[in-house]
Amino acid sequence: MKKRNKCLAGMAAVALGMLSASSVVLAAGDTIKVGTFLSVTGPASFLGDPELKTLQMYIEDINAKGGIDGKQVELVHYDTGGNAKKAVNFAKRLIKRDKVDVIVGGSTSGSTLASMPEIEKSGVPFISLAGSVKIVDPVSPWTFKTPHTDRMAASKVYLDMQARGITKVALISGDGGFGKSGRAQSLALAPDFGITIVADESYGRKDTDMTAQVTNIRSSDAQAILNFGFGSGPAIVTKNIRQLGIELPLYQSHGVASKKFIDLAGDAAEGVRLPAAALLVADKLDDSDQQKAVLVAYKNAYEAKYGPVSTFGGHAYDGLYIALEAIDRANSTDKTAVRDQIEATKGFVGTSGIFTMSKDDHLGLGLDAFRMLEIRNGDWALVE
Amino acid sequence: MLSEVKLMFDQIIQFLATGLSIGSTYALVGLGFAIIYNASGVVNFAQGEFVMLGAMSVVGLLGAGVPYPLALLVAIAIVTLVGFSLNKFAIEPARGASVVATIIITIGASILLRGAALLIWGKDIFSMPAFTGDEPIQIGAATLVPQNLWIMGITVILVLGVRYFFDKTLIGKAILACSCNKTAAGLVGINVKLMLLTSYGLSAAIGAVAGLLIAPIAFTSFDAGTMLGLKGFAAAILGGMGSSMGAVAGGLVLGVLESLGAGLISSGYKDAIAFVIILAVLFFKPSGLFGFKSVDRV
Repeated sequence: MKKRNKCLAGMAAVALGMLSASSVVLAAGDTIKVGTFLSVTGPASFLGDPELKTLQMYIEDINAKGGIDGKQVELVHYDTGGNAKKAVNFAKRLIKRDKVDVIVGGSTSGSTLASMPEIEKSGVPFISLAGSVKIVDPVSPWTFKTPHTDRMAASKVYLDMQARGITKVALISGDGGFGKSGRAQSLALAPDFGITIVADESYGRKDTDMTAQVTNIRSSDAQAILNFGFGSGPAIVTKNIRQLGIELPLYQSHGVASKKFIDLAGDAAEGVRLPAAALLVADKLDDSDQQKAVLVAYKNAYEAKYGPVSTFGGHAYDGLYIALEAIDRANSTDKTAVRDQIEATKGFVGTSGIFTMSKDDHLGLGLDAFRMLEIRNGDWALVE
Repeated sequence: MLSEVKLMFDQIIQFLATGLSIGSTYALVGLGFAIIYNASGVVNFAQGEFVMLGAMSVVGLLGAGVPYPLALLVAIAIVTLVGFSLNKFAIEPARGASVVATIIITIGASILLRGAALLIWGKDIFSMPAFTGDEPIQIGAATLVPQNLWIMGITVILVLGVRYFFDKTLIGKAILACSCNKTAAGLVGINVKLMLLTSYGLSAAIGAVAGLLIAPIAFTSFDAGTMLGLKGFAAAILGGMGSSMGAVAGGLVLGVLESLGAGLISSGYKDAIAFVIILAVLFFKPSGLFGFKSVDRV
């Protein structure tokens, strides 16, 4: 304590502004501090931007309603700009200087994986908002995550193929991180579903024509095509497949789960199936669906304030509420107690699905978290 | 066995057709490089951004309710103006700068243009309607879309036009003269400034045309110009910098190599295969397929 006072005195001598900043630290006992580092700007801003907006919107809302256990929630945010190195520094700063109670953040798998060692070492509960399955497999004691993984997406697709009696599949994937990881999972999982991969093609992120790859698929004996990719690639693949007159069922990944894909691929998108989060079809869900109320509420709240909703912001909603409910149940911000309570999350209805975590499962979502959608008449339709 | 050979043959026909249609897009982009290079020996790295701006302007104009053919023309005009201003406000004030310094200015300009497009249109990917529909056309064993034919046709017309311009017209020859020796060109009464301005405008216009031809097939976004610019540059180098025929030959060779590489060897390595072959060609013929022998300027 003495040391700290000395330090405070020194800081006050240097700058008055710092003094007021440290008085906030002194008052920290009365607030719950949620730390976050997100890529709000830069190449991954499509992730970080809706995530930050979601966190801010709901924390404001929670505070207006009196906070958690009578304590106000304070958000400490740093923008990584999509840079994993910065993410590590900000994670350190959140832990050491801001002394946050819990971290909900890490928009990209890269920034999450890079900052995990530091967070694990310091023992702060961390809920990541990034996709990679590596974040929770193998399980690290302090790290959890809310988004679906590409392994789940591939499994969901294969299940649907099984139901249609498809056993031979042509795989085509983008060469970015998302496509590569999806390809690896698809190849690894195929035998479990009795599926043989008869063609394995790839394309560059900015390629303008995939006809050559699709021609190879046409001459294989595939019964269906699976495309793992992101951005303009999958739309071009979809168009090329239909241009070459291939009538095989086409599956896309959750990487294209946005209206933009339908806009880009146009008529060629008709009949394309893909696994996607239920948020995309919130209005179309059955009223008896457990998730519907949460999804519609989130969608309406977000769209009233910021415009079209994205599933990425939904991951932040899930992460924030799982963390705050754990703190509420723990009745304290003791790190170990909060961690144990996050792990004990059971039946939490979020935007990505219904979470039930355990010692061996720090994601807690089942395959039912993904819905199989089909594009019909330029809109999403649920496949029963 | 026979049917297998036929299948293989049909596949190769499709690869070639695809390669030629991708190649013509590279050729068009490469052609833009040739003009500014001919005028000043500078490689304009903002060429890819002209391509992107062409397509994005059309998307913007269509969104504003401008009718389709008019939007195409206005977009070309807008990008030509951008080309003029690039010359007027960035290149001209730095006159006397070395070729390398000027190239660096064009790299700066490309970052600026990309940033501006990001601010105006955001990060979204946009589609653009094809000139004459999307119905595939079957030519022998190969399938193409009408837009592929538009690209090939307009590439041929533009190449012949550019060739005629440099070989036969007075302005074209004057531009070439500026590249050979600015001082001498000025002394014989050529308005060097005006020639440079013209070359930037022309090459921006060609870039814009490339952009609005490619966008219906490959979509467009604020960063679509980078990769196309790079491929066009590779095409121009392979064919011989400054030669319009060379840019086209380079583009077509690059497209066919990529397509055959992806189809017959491995789609994961198609870019590597293409670039290794380009390096090999340049190793044996550094001036490119159609390049002029470099002559020392004394």
